[in-house]
Amino acid sequence: MSILLRYIAYDILRNRMIIAYTLFLLLMSATMFSIESNPGKGLLNLLNIVLIVVPLVSIIFSTIHYYNSYEFIELLLAQPIPRKRLAFGQFLGVGIALSLAFLIGVGIPVLLTGFSAAALSLVLTGVFLTLIFVALAMLAAVRTRDKARGIGVALLLWFYFALLYNGIVLFLLFAFSEYPLERAVIAFVSFNPIDLGRILVMLHTDASALMGFTGAVMQQFFGSGAGVAYAIGIMLLWFVLPLWGSVRSFSRKDF
Amino acid sequence: MIQTQNLSKHFGKLCALNNVSVSLQKGKGVSLIGPNGSGKTTFIKCLLGMVIPDAGRICFNDQPILPDSWDYRKQIGYMPQIGRYPDNMRVRQVFDLMTDLRKDSHCGPLDEELIEEFGLKNSFDKPMRTLSGGTRQKVSACLAFLFDPAVLVLDEPTAGLDPLAAEALKAKVLCEQQKGKLVLMTSHILNDLEELTTDVMYLVEGDLLFFESVENILERTEETRFAKAIAKIMAQQGKIPPTPQRKTIAL
Repeated sequence: MSILLRYIAYDILRNRMIIAYTLFLLLMSATMFSIESNPGKGLLNLLNIVLIVVPLVSIIFSTIHYYNSYEFIELLLAQPIPRKRLAFGQFLGVGIALSLAFLIGVGIPVLLTGFSAAALSLVLTGVFLTLIFVALAMLAAVRTRDKARGIGVALLLWFYFALLYNGIVLFLLFAFSEYPLERAVIAFVSFNPIDLGRILVMLHTDASALMGFTGAVMQQFFGSGAGVAYAIGIMLLWFVLPLWGSVRSFSRKDF
Repeated sequence: MIQTQNLSKHFGKLCALNNVSVSLQKGKGVSLIGPNGSGKTTFIKCLLGMVIPDAGRICFNDQPILPDSWDYRKQIGYMPQIGRYPDNMRVRQVFDLMTDLRKDSHCGPLDEELIEEFGLKNSFDKPMRTLSGGTRQKVSACLAFLFDPAVLVLDEPTAGLDPLAAEALKAKVLCEQQKGKLVLMTSHILNDLEELTTDVMYLVEGDLLFFESVENILERTEETRFAKAIAKIMAQQGKIPPTPQRKTIAL
């Protein structure tokens, strides 16, 4: 696996799209910290960009990369290596390359301007979101034969997690506003890794004070060590389950 | 060396292989022939474990090939129909990757004869994306022969190669065949297959119409040229005429 991983990651790190992505993230980090004198506020602005851009780039890039390397995957399948090793090699090659791009583009600037719990949780969230959306992309691409449809599914997934899900939750909160929903909100949040990341970072900044009663309940829950462990556990699940599903499909698929 | 028993594969309603049973022996040059979409590539992919058959079994050296077995592929060299490689990898790195992947299973020297023959060493530092289609085919061909495998599977090997390279490849295939290797190939260019073929597998819409040696086919079609004989069979929708009765002339 490490052999495959090395070559695949090497290939992707020299990809123009990845280099452009890294530079874009670097530019955003630099801008956010230079226009805001308060690093906490800069961090929040950066968070909003990270939560939109990282999942989008991760899912689209991985899907396109999978379809473009289809013939090469076929050639590798004819080599004496188990299919599972090939699937993990593909996933990790893309996942590690994209994570590295994020760490260079956001991780280094954020941690240089001020090391804090919020900064650390932003970096952690970014890496998790990268791996989660690469895994979701793998799942969608492995199960869809047609390239155009696969990219469509990937875009829909991103659209759902980044925009649609919030709308649904807001609608539910509004419709059931008579009822105490504070605990239900924590459950809602668990079903969307982007929201989970947002909460995780925001609770470590001053902005949590503005979040009202729900914020206080969340502060109480996610503020504790157990809450953080819960959030990380859910993030891990979000990454392990799609990965497991895609490796399973990959092992049984006809090429 | 390779046996298949009642091998079947469906893609939805399309029947790609239907009860194909053959036995492929060492030292043979087996040509898979048939119209487009007759299941040639599916048959090859089943052997390589890329497509999992619905029914039937494949044995490699008397060991059954299961969906998760991969060890047997140590003895197979495969040249795909279309070779596409990661854009930013250099030719050298593609060879390094394959050598690294197979270093556990392959001891002994690498067979670099074809690399020399094609003059591919000159392009070793070029990124794969800058190579022409023909040069990529050359890379694919070299990779198939590199590890001196006992079985060679070549899917449209001469498509896209210049005449010189095609001749070099054919010479190499013939040489390996004479060393006792099994060569399984498909091509639509019958003239390319002529010198290399000892047996013909003729598939139409997933059905194996016949698996015959070239001598038998020539005799039955009463032709002297392989290409003409196959063209005759194709024109008759794959019906191979029965062996002609030898008329004894009574004097």
